[in-house]
Amino acid sequence: MGHSLQPKSWQRTLLGTATSLAIASGGILGFAGSASAQEDTFKVGLVTFLSGGASGPFGVPAAQAAETVIKAINEGTLPAPYNTKGINGLQLESVVIDEAGGPTKQVEEYRNLVQRQNVDAVIGYISSGDCLAVSPVAEELKTFTIAFDCGTPRLFPELESPKYFFRTGLDATADNVGAAHYLKETRPDITRVAGIQQNYAWGQDSWNDFQLSMKQLMPGAEFVDNQTPQIFQGSYGTEISALQTNRPEIIHSSMWGGDMEAFVAQANVRGLLDQATALLTTGESGFNRFKGQAPDGTILGGRGPFGAFMPDNDLSEWFSKAYEAQHGVPPSYPSSKMAQALLALKYAADNSGAEGKPSDEQLASTLKSATFESVSGTVRMALADGHQALQPMYYGEYYYSSETGPELRNIRSYSGACVSPPDGHDAQEWIKSGFPQADCN
Amino acid sequence: MLTIWAILIDGLIYASWLFLVAAGLTVIYGVMRILNMAHGSLYALGAYASASSIGWYYANGGDQLWIAFALLAGCAIVIGAIAGLIMERGVLRLMYGRDEVLMLIVTFALLLILEDLMKLAWGTTPYFAYQPYAALGRFNFGVLSVSGYQIMVIGVSVVVGAILWFWLERTRTGKILRSIIHDREVSEAMGVNVRRMFTMTFVIGAGLGAIAGGFTAPIISVVPGIGVEVIVVAFAVVVTGGLGSITGAAIGALIVGLARAASIHTMPQLELFIIYAVMASVLIFRPNGLFGQATARKI
Repeated sequence: MGHSLQPKSWQRTLLGTATSLAIASGGILGFAGSASAQEDTFKVGLVTFLSGGASGPFGVPAAQAAETVIKAINEGTLPAPYNTKGINGLQLESVVIDEAGGPTKQVEEYRNLVQRQNVDAVIGYISSGDCLAVSPVAEELKTFTIAFDCGTPRLFPELESPKYFFRTGLDATADNVGAAHYLKETRPDITRVAGIQQNYAWGQDSWNDFQLSMKQLMPGAEFVDNQTPQIFQGSYGTEISALQTNRPEIIHSSMWGGDMEAFVAQANVRGLLDQATALLTTGESGFNRFKGQAPDGTILGGRGPFGAFMPDNDLSEWFSKAYEAQHGVPPSYPSSKMAQALLALKYAADNSGAEGKPSDEQLASTLKSATFESVSGTVRMALADGHQALQPMYYGEYYYSSETGPELRNIRSYSGACVSPPDGHDAQEWIKSGFPQADCN
Repeated sequence: MLTIWAILIDGLIYASWLFLVAAGLTVIYGVMRILNMAHGSLYALGAYASASSIGWYYANGGDQLWIAFALLAGCAIVIGAIAGLIMERGVLRLMYGRDEVLMLIVTFALLLILEDLMKLAWGTTPYFAYQPYAALGRFNFGVLSVSGYQIMVIGVSVVVGAILWFWLERTRTGKILRSIIHDREVSEAMGVNVRRMFTMTFVIGAGLGAIAGGFTAPIISVVPGIGVEVIVVAFAVVVTGGLGSITGAAIGALIVGLARAASIHTMPQLELFIIYAVMASVLIFRPNGLFGQATARKI
C-alpha cells in the first residue's frame, strides 16, 4: 500500500488541458497542419474519447499514440516496411473528434467528417455501440473506415457484406475464450468462479462468452456470483461484500479503465484479492498504474498482443520508445491498437497502386484479406470476409516490485484460430458446440 | 445469516455516504427553494481538490496520515465554499424570486459550465488517491471484511448530521433560517437580512457537497462526469426523504442504502431499479416524501 496511482506527469495534465480546450473550442483537434483538404495531403478523421470516463485510460492514450505515429509517418522515421514518407507519398493530416455523446451523435459526427470536412478515411471508435451505429453509415457513404478498438462480436454479423468497414483489433469473444484457456492451463483445480461486470452490453457479452467457454473447458467449475454495477459507479463496497460472502477462487472481470482500477484497489484493501485471484480481461491498461494496489498473481489481459504484451519486433520497439519519449509513460493497449490501425492505413495506401491519393475502393480492396506487419506482430485480416483481424490472445500474471517496477510472468498466448470462431460462424454457437475447427496447438 | 449481516453493514455504509452527498442539496432547497443541479459539480470539485492534494502530498514524500486527512477535508471545504460563493454572488442572487423551474435550469447550466472548467483544470485522466483508504486497514468478520475508512465515513456522516441538526435547531442563526423557511417576506419585514442568510446557506450547502466529494475521492477513481452520476441518486434520496428535510435525507438515505444492499446481495441485476422503485413507492403514498410538508401556495 501507500503507492500513489495518481498521474503526476505535467505533460499528461497539459495534454488533457489542451484536449479539453480543443473540445471547448468546437471538439476538433488536428495533429498536422490546417484542416483544409488538399490534393497533396491525405486527411484522416480520428474518433476517440477525449472526455468522459473512457477518455483518461483509453481515449487520450489512443490520441497520443496517433500523434506519435502520424508524426513518424510524415517524417518517414518508422521502421521498415513503413519507412517511406507519408501515406503513399502524401502528408498525413488528422482531424480528431471526441467520441463522447453516444451513437446518435457519432453518426452525425461521422457524416460531418465525411461530407463537410472531406476526410479521406476514418479511424476510431472505442465504444461498441458507436461501432455498431457508424459501420452501416460508412458503407452507405462508401468511406474507408477502420475500427481500432471496439470489441462487440456483433459488429460483422450485423453488417452484411462489408466493403469499406474494417476492424484491426480483436473482439470480446477472443478475450473470454482466451481467459478460459488460461485458467484451464494455469489453475486446473479451481471450482468456484465469480464475476463483476459493468452493466451494459460489453459486460453482459463478456460474461456470457466466458461462462460458455468455461462450461466447455472446465465443466467442473461452478459460477457462484456475478455482480453488475453501473458503468462509472466508482465505488464497489457492497459488490465486494457480496463476492466475499460467495467465496470464489477466481473473479472474472471485463470492467475497464478507472472502474477496473478502482475495483482492484478497493477489493485489495478489503482483502477480497487475498481470498480470490482477479482475472481482468482489460487489466493491461492498468499495468503501469497499479503499483502496489494489485496483488502479485493478478491475471491480466490486453485484448490481444498489445501494450505490455507486444511481441519484440522493430515496430514495437520503435513505438514503445517513441511513445514514452513523447508522452512520459509506456504505451498501454489502447495506444498500441491505435498505432496498429494507422499502420493498416499506411499499408493499404502504400500498396494500393494508386498514383497520388488512393480512393476508398483502392484502400478497401488492398486491406481486405491482407497480411501486414504491426506493433503486435503479423496481422491477418482473415475473418469477416477479410475485414476483421485474426491475432493471438495473451494473458499473464502481474507482479510488482518497487525496485524493478511491474512485470508480467507466466505469459501464455493462444493463436487466433484457437480463440476466434472460423469465418462465418456465430461466436456463441461456436463456443456451445465445443469450438469446432479451433486450432489450439 | 452472513448475507443479512452483510446487507446491514453495506446498507449502513452506503447510506452514510448518500447522506453526506444529499445533505447540502436538501439544506439549500429547504432554505432557498433552489433545486441545485450544480450540487454534483460541487461534489466533483471536492473530489478533485482532495485527490490532487493527497496525490501531491504523498508524491512529495508525505507519510503522516493526519496531514493527508487535513488536506482532504480542508481543500474540499475551501474549494466548495469558494465555488459556492462565486455561484451565489455571481449568478443565483440575480435570479431570486424567479420560478423554481427557472432556477433548476440555471443550476443545470452551472453544472455544465463547471464540468468543462474541471476538465480544463484537471484534464481527463483519472486521479487516484487511495493512500488514506488503504492506511486505515480493514476489520474482518469471518470471510467478510469492512474497510476502516468506510467505518470512518459513517462517523463523519453522523457528525455532519449532528452539527446540521444543532445548527438549525439550537442556534440563533438556525432559528432565523427556520423563520425564512416558514415565511421569507415576514422575516424580511422583521429585519432579517435574507440575502446574507441565503449566501451563507448556499456556501454551507456547497461546502457540504464538496466535503462529500472529498471523503469519496480516496475510494474511487476521480474522473470527469462523477458529479453527474451522483446528482441523480442524491435527488432520489432527498425526494424520498422529503425535499428540505435533514431528517428526511437521513432516513431516505438509510432506506435507499439498505434496499440497494439487499438487491446487490440477492438480485444484483435490480440494483439501479430498486433505488427508484423505493422512491416511487414512497411518493405514491406520500407525494411530498417521508418528511416533506405540503405547503399552501401564495397567490
